[in-house]
Amino acid sequence: MTPRILAALSAFLIAGPLVPQPVAADTLFMSTQLRPIEEAQKMRDVILKDYTGKATYVPEEPAQLPVRIQAEQQGGTHTISLIGALHGELEPLTALNGIVPVDDLVTKLQDRGIPAGLLTLAKLGTAHQMYIPWMQATYFMVASKQALPYLPPGADIDKLTYEQLGDWAAAIQAKTGKRVLGFPAGPKGLMHRFIEGFLYPSYTGGLVTTFDGPATEAMWTRFAVLWKGVNPNSTNYNFMQEPLLSGDVWIAFDHVARLLDALRQKPDDFVTFPAPSGPKGRSYMPVIAGLAIAKDAPDPQGAAALIEYLTRPATQIATARAVGFFPVVKADLPADLDPGVKLAAGAIARTEGSRDAKPALLPVGLGTHGGEFDKVMLDTFQLIVLRGMQPHDALAREAPILRKIMTDTGAPCWAPDPPSTGVCAVP
Amino acid sequence: MRRSVLTPYLLIAPATIFLAVLFVVPLLQTVALAFHTGGSFSFGNFTRMADDLNFNDAVANTFEVVLLAVPLQLALALGMAMMLRHVRRGRDIVLWVWSIPLGISDLAAGLVWLAILTDRGYLNTLLFHLGIIAGPQSWLTYETPVALLVAIVMAEMWRATAIVLVILAAGVQLVPKEYNEAAEVFGATPWQRFIRVTLPLLRPSIQTALILRTVLAFEMFATVMTLGGRNFPVLMSEAFNWQYVQQDYGVAAAYAVVVMAVSLGATLIYLRVLRTPAAQLS
Repeated sequence: MTPRILAALSAFLIAGPLVPQPVAADTLFMSTQLRPIEEAQKMRDVILKDYTGKATYVPEEPAQLPVRIQAEQQGGTHTISLIGALHGELEPLTALNGIVPVDDLVTKLQDRGIPAGLLTLAKLGTAHQMYIPWMQATYFMVASKQALPYLPPGADIDKLTYEQLGDWAAAIQAKTGKRVLGFPAGPKGLMHRFIEGFLYPSYTGGLVTTFDGPATEAMWTRFAVLWKGVNPNSTNYNFMQEPLLSGDVWIAFDHVARLLDALRQKPDDFVTFPAPSGPKGRSYMPVIAGLAIAKDAPDPQGAAALIEYLTRPATQIATARAVGFFPVVKADLPADLDPGVKLAAGAIARTEGSRDAKPALLPVGLGTHGGEFDKVMLDTFQLIVLRGMQPHDALAREAPILRKIMTDTGAPCWAPDPPSTGVCAVP
Repeated sequence: MRRSVLTPYLLIAPATIFLAVLFVVPLLQTVALAFHTGGSFSFGNFTRMADDLNFNDAVANTFEVVLLAVPLQLALALGMAMMLRHVRRGRDIVLWVWSIPLGISDLAAGLVWLAILTDRGYLNTLLFHLGIIAGPQSWLTYETPVALLVAIVMAEMWRATAIVLVILAAGVQLVPKEYNEAAEVFGATPWQRFIRVTLPLLRPSIQTALILRTVLAFEMFATVMTLGGRNFPVLMSEAFNWQYVQQDYGVAAAYAVVVMAVSLGATLIYLRVLRTPAAQLS
């Protein structure tokens, strides 16, 4: 290396770090969502394009967000103004005193038509509005149109029960010899979310507090029967869009992001519908991202202006189009919207709009024990449904493990379980 | 003089330090991690591991694959090495083609076999065109454990027979032709020559190949994960799951210690059973 190049290089290094630093006038918007480079770029170039203020969008790993907030508090230098994160990620920030109430914004954004349920959720159990709902995703079901003729007589696909879903799959199996119902129970699939947010609460009205008991045993017995119509390759499926596209599966449950490819590629081949209901209603797991203003934010006005901008119907539709997260406000989807995205948006709207819909949250407050919690659910499923163990014995085996996780983390109950004062108790 | 005494040690020092820092230290840390829960010495991680519903399956599956694949690979590689002896022209090309799977990563090997064995894979397409099956037949599910085991053993054999072959092929070249010729003069049949002459002389190569292959087989991971996933837990995949999915590093370390103990045990057995007789060493 010549001395001249060396000198130039050192001058460059001394001049400043390579990471772009927000200029003082910019509002720093830190988000744990839309982290992949393509999505972050769409946020900057498409979604924030018409924002008149100056905003710098910086994605951050979910685990790093509270660390960063704490570091800013301890260091006394505040750079973050607006925080975008999932409901469960914003909750611990309240405990850290890292975000401030945004009650005044709720009145200002009244005409946006954010569902009251979502606003209540965004109070995070306090008397104040702690964040403003930003965008959402959820899980729903997709069926190939060739499955529709076998629907049980009298069944309304948008109001399906688990019994009817089982009958439907059984009817197809009886007529075609194929098992065409599919669940994402592969190593990277989201089967545990189905058990936590859909199956358990729909049958028992809870998850942790109803982990064991006669109603739960009955639920597992029913589900093991339903599983007879399930494609045995389900334990290899991670993203249901693939077996749906290949035709191995005709009816599937999964997260919208893992179904969207199938809907985009063959919108005319599929229908979408809400997950089924059980004796305790139609439980579903909304994935809600919210916007919160950081405590001691350098630019709270800018943060509020950004919230106003991001919750505009036009911005919400642009978000849906660009990254596949759906509106939380009343927004009429444009006619030229990708038909696949429209199918997904329809299923989400019909899920929320169901008369018996009951939101169940992603587990909250488990910290690093989240994976073990999911394992208890999956192990129970594996023991009863795949290995044929009696529900009573399997639940008796797994309940102490779940109890230990709850005591170790001290996590209080979250919806669907009723609020608890202390640790959420396993029966 | 002093300098020449030190030279060999100085020369091996970098490698030794490198191994000590990046291998022995993490190894001891792993062992320490496995035997600690909540900051004190305990067998908690091991009880937790043994109580888990996948533990017995993982042990059984790992041993099944190793006990099936390794002897088959040895037999196959021996046969291939013997045949190679008689190839005059193009020997290098044959050896090169046979060792192609060595250059392919475990994961890629798993994906290759997945493409063959999946419901709409090449095998089913072939069987369908031959009229043997009427529609997609599953091979890799929890309902077809035997087919799944056979598939994984086949994939392992395809992927790793070459390493055994390369070692044995090198060993075969070291066996002097005179012994075989002498045996032939005394009227030994080809089979007798193979059993009585070649095989004993190949013993050191076989030992090396078996140790390498068995240790690696106990560590099989990506191929099994791709083909078997949740349906076919093995020791390494469970270690991976406890580390990255359940994020319980103690139990993951316990699994790592088990894999290490099993590999060490197998190595010691090979060293003892296949030791070269003193007479042959001279």
